[in-house]
Amino acid sequence: MNPMKPKTFGSNQEMQDAEKNFLYRRHQRARLAQSVFQLTTLLAVIFLATLLVTVVNKSMGYVVVENKVNPATLSDRPLSELNNTELAQILRENLRKNRVRTLERTGFLEDQSQSTLVQLVEAEIIQPEVVESYNLFPSLINRSKIKADAAVSYPNAKVEFRYWLNGVFLINSMASQPELAGVRSALLGSLQLILITILTAFPIGVGAAIYLEEYASHKSRINRLIQTNIDNLAGVPSIVYGILGLALFVRALQPFTSGALFGVDGQNGRTILSAGLTMALLILPILIINAQEAIRSVPDSLRQASYGLGATRWQTIWHHVLPGAMPGILTGTILAISRAIGETAPLIVVGASTFITSDPTGPFSSFTALPIQIYNWTTRPQPAFQHIAAAAILVLLIALLSLNAVAILLRNRFAKRV
Amino acid sequence: MEDMNQPSKYVIETRGLNIFYGDFQAVKDISLQFERNRITAIIGPSGCGKSTVLRAFNRMNDFVPSAHATGEVLYHDQNINHPSVDAVQLRRLIGMVFQKPNPFPKSIYDNIAWGAKMNGFRGNTDDLVEETLRQAALWNEVKDNLKKSALALSGGQQQRLCIARALAVRPEIILMDEPCSALDPIATLKIEDLMRELSQNYTIIIVTHNMQQAARASDYTSFFTMDTDRAGIMVEYNETSLIFTKPKDQRTEDYITGRFG
Ligand SMILES: Nc1ncnc2c1ncn2[C@@H]1O[C@H](COP(=O)(O)OP(=O)(O)OP(=O)(O)O)[C@@H](O)[C@H]1O
Ligand SMILES: [Mg+2]
Repeated sequence: MNPMKPKTFGSNQEMQDAEKNFLYRRHQRARLAQSVFQLTTLLAVIFLATLLVTVVNKSMGYVVVENKVNPATLSDRPLSELNNTELAQILRENLRKNRVRTLERTGFLEDQSQSTLVQLVEAEIIQPEVVESYNLFPSLINRSKIKADAAVSYPNAKVEFRYWLNGVFLINSMASQPELAGVRSALLGSLQLILITILTAFPIGVGAAIYLEEYASHKSRINRLIQTNIDNLAGVPSIVYGILGLALFVRALQPFTSGALFGVDGQNGRTILSAGLTMALLILPILIINAQEAIRSVPDSLRQASYGLGATRWQTIWHHVLPGAMPGILTGTILAISRAIGETAPLIVVGASTFITSDPTGPFSSFTALPIQIYNWTTRPQPAFQHIAAAAILVLLIALLSLNAVAILLRNRFAKRV
Repeated sequence: MEDMNQPSKYVIETRGLNIFYGDFQAVKDISLQFERNRITAIIGPSGCGKSTVLRAFNRMNDFVPSAHATGEVLYHDQNINHPSVDAVQLRRLIGMVFQKPNPFPKSIYDNIAWGAKMNGFRGNTDDLVEETLRQAALWNEVKDNLKKSALALSGGQQQRLCIARALAVRPEIILMDEPCSALDPIATLKIEDLMRELSQNYTIIIVTHNMQQAARASDYTSFFTMDTDRAGIMVEYNETSLIFTKPKDQRTEDYITGRFG
């Protein structure tokens, strides 16, 4: 239909003209509204794309690597093809006695796995150093110039294309050299943290929402006060939750959070458990508000039908209200997970370590998390740290998307049950 | 005069029932008796409080926070608003079909089986589903597709499903709030036949806007209207044949002959 010349019905010419004008203006306004919404969506997409492009741009590109010791001088075959004895041999020959003794404190070099030995040889002897690094776009555009420059400035160095997000990056833990640093302990820390957060916050949040919506009288003053509090808590800055967690979980409940109560030899309360509980507090208001909204959206006629058949309140909630509200509750959970996995400030306050090389061993171990690691790396001066920070951001985003995918799958299952 | 020691022949009786929504009085001083195994129709203009009174019989008004009632509703001579009465049991014994069809977002089969299971039904569920669907005149339309979502049924089919669902918990009384408002004349007649059949074992109270339906299907009819302050009052209550042929009150006559308002 041509919106410029709407065809109108009726025989009165004057009325038709007036109506035509009126219609025209209404259609005009409708088109304006539509373009505004399209524009805002477009803006959002642009922002998101810019973010991704920036991160990806940094996460790969050419590097100029200079080895302290040329691997060819160590062996005539590639390191990965050597067996344990040969690798141990190389280590003994090239390292000082003291160093070898330190490395052997937990067992003979020969007894370590082959991949560990290769890593040791690289870290201790070859010591590859990235002397120059480029982002993705410059690498693609100025390829030949980069190679020429490198040949002049670093005649012994090798130019290679590096994906900073690679297998080694995922397997290695924190290290002082960016070439050897990885996200393993941070990723494991983040995942365990989120697990504790969700396991605590989800039941409490849904329970509170059920109570507030299905049991509490909306007329009671106390309940209204609680409701107002929850609504406001959702807006409290995260650092405040960090301070609360520090006082409550790290200090006051130290016997519990350090594991001392369970016979674990915990030194202090700065554990994954404390951090997870702090995060649970942080996301609780978001979870409750979303769950309440979801529960409220279950039509009252459904509850009436259930009660009318002689169902109890609990039967009604369990069989009708919760299944109906579950998609909405899970959407809220997705938002909450996204918030929790990216929070940094409260973790710093409750004492996440910034330099930790061992994997977290359970709820009572000290830990680091992805956002902490990213923050730490972005503050380093060496350019290579910026690249691994970008790689870690990608890991964080992928972890977030996978967690959310699980929630979305669950949600679709609930939505389809009808 | 009735002997006070004999259980009354009335299953449900209201005495001076007033129901308020907040400050607004929805119905005023309703006194009605419903006989066992009879069909009683409640008719009256929209907004005069028919649904409100009906919901008072199985305490569904408990879920409206602003609603409160004074006066008595007696079920087997016991005031159902007494604190010792278990509303959950009451609602199983006094089933309800709502004004708007409200099937559960489950399969047709589960819609019927669920309420029975909740109330401890131990028999053969398949038989129960078939029996109640037949009673509700829905069986032939859905028998091949019992696993289909109840939400995919038409409005009238949904309402009949709700009737079947209410029957499945074996109530004593069935409250029906305009059960046929979404049905075609044939299905309506089927429901009326069903009501006749059910009235051998059940007591039925039905709210309807359809004069012919009240005249055809009910034994007793009660006419409600609105007072000057918009509160619902009961004008006349009598055997259906008398209400429709010799109404005592002018307002009743005006209403049933279509001269209302
Ligand atoms: N939940 C409620 N809260 C407040 N007022 C209500 C509520 N439900 C009903 N009312 C009021 O009570 C009065 C009676 O309502 P009711 O639903 O009982 O009428 P009705 O006779 O069933 O009408 P209809 O024939 O249209 O279904 C109306 O004035 C209505 O506005
Ligand atoms: Mg009504």
